[in-house]
Amino acid sequence: MLGLAADRLRADMNRLLSFLFHQGILDEQFLQLQQLQDETSPNFVSEVVNIYFHESEKLLRNLRSLLMDREFSDYNKMGIHLNQFMGSSSSIGAKRIRNVCLAFRAASDQNNRAGCLSALEVLEHEYCFLKNKLHELFQ
Amino acid sequence: MDKGLPAKREITFETELFGSKTFLIYVEPVFSKAGETIGINYMGIDITDQVRKRERMIKIREEIAVQKAKETELNRTIHITEETMRAKQMLATMSHEIRSPLSGVVSMAEILATTKLDREQRQLLNVMLSSGDLVLQLINDILDLSKVESGVMKLEATKFRPREVVKHVLQTAAASLQKILTLEGNVADDVPIEVIGDVLRIRQILTNLISNAIKFTHEGKVGVKLYVVPEPPFAKEGSQHGSDGSTANQTTTNVPKEETCTSTSQTSSDQRGFHGKKHEGSCQNRSQSEPGTPVMNGKIDVTEEQAELPETTVWIRCDVYDTGIGIPENALPTLFKKYMQVSADHARKYGGTGLGLAICKQLVELMGGRLTVSSRVHCGSTFTFILPYKVSLSCDHSDDSDDPDDLSDMDDHGDSDDDATNGFFQFQPRTLGSLFSSNGSSRTQKLLAHNIGHVNSHKINGFSENYCSFPTSNGQAKEMDLVEDACSVAEALEISSEPECSFSHSPDHDSESAICRGRRHHNDVNGENKVSSIDVSTYSETSREVDVKVKISEPQLPAERQGRSDSGSQSTLNTSQEVSNSISKPKILLVEDNKINVLVTQSMMKQLGHTIDVVNNGVQAVRAVQCRSYDLVLMDVCMPVMDGLQATRLIRSFEETGNWDAAAKAGIERPSPSSDSLQPDCTPPKHIPIIAMTANALSESAEECFANGMDSFVSKPVTFQKLKECLEQYLP
Repeated sequence: MLGLAADRLRADMNRLLSFLFHQGILDEQFLQLQQLQDETSPNFVSEVVNIYFHESEKLLRNLRSLLMDREFSDYNKMGIHLNQFMGSSSSIGAKRIRNVCLAFRAASDQNNRAGCLSALEVLEHEYCFLKNKLHELFQ
Repeated sequence: MDKGLPAKREITFETELFGSKTFLIYVEPVFSKAGETIGINYMGIDITDQVRKRERMIKIREEIAVQKAKETELNRTIHITEETMRAKQMLATMSHEIRSPLSGVVSMAEILATTKLDREQRQLLNVMLSSGDLVLQLINDILDLSKVESGVMKLEATKFRPREVVKHVLQTAAASLQKILTLEGNVADDVPIEVIGDVLRIRQILTNLISNAIKFTHEGKVGVKLYVVPEPPFAKEGSQHGSDGSTANQTTTNVPKEETCTSTSQTSSDQRGFHGKKHEGSCQNRSQSEPGTPVMNGKIDVTEEQAELPETTVWIRCDVYDTGIGIPENALPTLFKKYMQVSADHARKYGGTGLGLAICKQLVELMGGRLTVSSRVHCGSTFTFILPYKVSLSCDHSDDSDDPDDLSDMDDHGDSDDDATNGFFQFQPRTLGSLFSSNGSSRTQKLLAHNIGHVNSHKINGFSENYCSFPTSNGQAKEMDLVEDACSVAEALEISSEPECSFSHSPDHDSESAICRGRRHHNDVNGENKVSSIDVSTYSETSREVDVKVKISEPQLPAERQGRSDSGSQSTLNTSQEVSNSISKPKILLVEDNKINVLVTQSMMKQLGHTIDVVNNGVQAVRAVQCRSYDLVLMDVCMPVMDGLQATRLIRSFEETGNWDAAAKAGIERPSPSSDSLQPDCTPPKHIPIIAMTANALSESAEECFANGMDSFVSKPVTFQKLKECLEQYLP
């Protein structure tokens, strides 16, 4: 009986994962993460993902406070945060988020504040979505 | 006159004085009052000019009509071309779109493969996986082709070792070989150790040609020959340094001649013939290519001007030959056209899409070379491509100190040395289920055994298994599993099933167990984890599957080992390995500020069997290098405090000058020398390989990395495959 439940859980998990892959939310890098999970580190993926969430929330908050500042002009500083966010997102395979970051960076390169703001909103939205889905995954 | 009515007419007279002139003659009768005709009024107007003008007008109108017709044709052609371009674009986009969900399907299948499946399910899954891979390959081919055609393809220029590339390609082909064929590789001695070119594309071309050769050859051999040739007549002068201002015009007009030149030179590999053609065709050639010298040294730097330049261009010719079914003459011209196969029968019988050769030809020509073929039906075919490569003389590491024929000195550490100088490889045919036959040069065996050892150590470390007593078989089965059509392997192995324990009980294998023990030690100490180029990581999920197969493949090994004549020397080889292994475990430094990246990279390295030191910015990196001697540094580019480029510059300045003055200037104080510090000042500091980890992965930042002293770069996100390739390439 236990086996059945585990199977069902796994089926759900696989279905969720395949949904995420299909939608382009996650990419092969996520598989790389899964490969790193083994007996010596059985919760590797969830640990990494949790750290990612922690970091990302900080970064997103920084980005927002930078952009909302009326005297905002330091695109460099924003670029640093953005690079961090992009780096960690691509390392865990969050493809959609990374793509939004790319657009964000393009807007930032052009010093286009409005573009950055809208990119940030999309980013926050995507991030929430991903967070929810991944939470589901780890339930 | 008769009618009594005036008439006018044009009459042309021929006059002697003025040529032919045309007059409008108007004649009217004159009547008397009574109505009698008494005479005529005769008027003549010279309308010659007008007539001429009229005729010219007609002609002009004709021309205009013709022009208009041409225009419409052209417009139509433009339309068609635009449509075609759009169609191609759409094809590329669609292929791209298809690729994502398809790789999703394949990824899911791979994940499925890691779950518990019964035999039937696993078989079905393997078919899925191989079909999916095939389709993916196909799509990649299509995309490649459209990229090359639309001119978007950008070529890389990286340093690589031709011998290694040839060896790897042959190895990969050998591992998946289902037929009884011998694979050979021969790299002439005058081919430089390292050249600069687009290694990925070259590998692609080689793989394509070799797999074609294998496909159409049922017995005999398939081989690759690499050798240096003098600059061929079709070469554009612009690519040569110190060209004597000869124009590109001449080379273009020479292009048609070139075809005949190279095709005739195909049949005669004699260089003299080659030269002779050059002179005949009055092709543009450098004056130093005397007909008398059959083989040039590969460096076209006989003239003084070239000798001083740090880079020269080397033309290397590569023959991929086989003893297969051959190609009929009438099929030769269409061979390289897209989607063309030799005949419909061929297409049906041998499968394939016909894209491969077209891609190869495009790629070769894009790189400035030529791809040609010569063949005899039922005898075999030879595909030849000539490409220019740059050779950077200044960076020629003197690691070819080993005599290539000196077998007894060889140890696995020296493999890079071997690879650098060894030009001959042979992969003997094997029966299904076993990788090596007992004959063949001992060098080959060492290479192959060496291969096993590597794949082993990776696998064992990759899955933190206890070092089981059958490491070799693991590696072997894995190698087979990965590269072959998994389905057929499964069948092959299942045919020959025997319990695992038979191995340890097999008689008279003292030397063998010594080997195994030796290997185990090798893996235990796990010094150099040179992993073979076979992509283990993507199939690591099938580890469970492999285990099952491993057990079954056991019995093949004893047969192999028995045949080895130098098994004794092998075991001594391995024991000497252990010693050297235990001394040098590579020290790797990771410089990265992003926590997630650190975690992921560290974990991957752990799985690959390395422990790494981690620092978070350039300053810490420099300090770390000051304190400890590292074998490899992975350097993130974007970091706070000090970025990777500057840190690399400082480290390189230390290597060049032997002191840390530059670093001190940048504000990094030299820590007090500890017992662990680097070599004393009398020996020059070792060149540490530094690999950049870039987030952009654009070509521009690659150049920046190289300009700042980095050896190579890896684009983020970091994957197993990239790390493995790095380690393989840069760890001795």
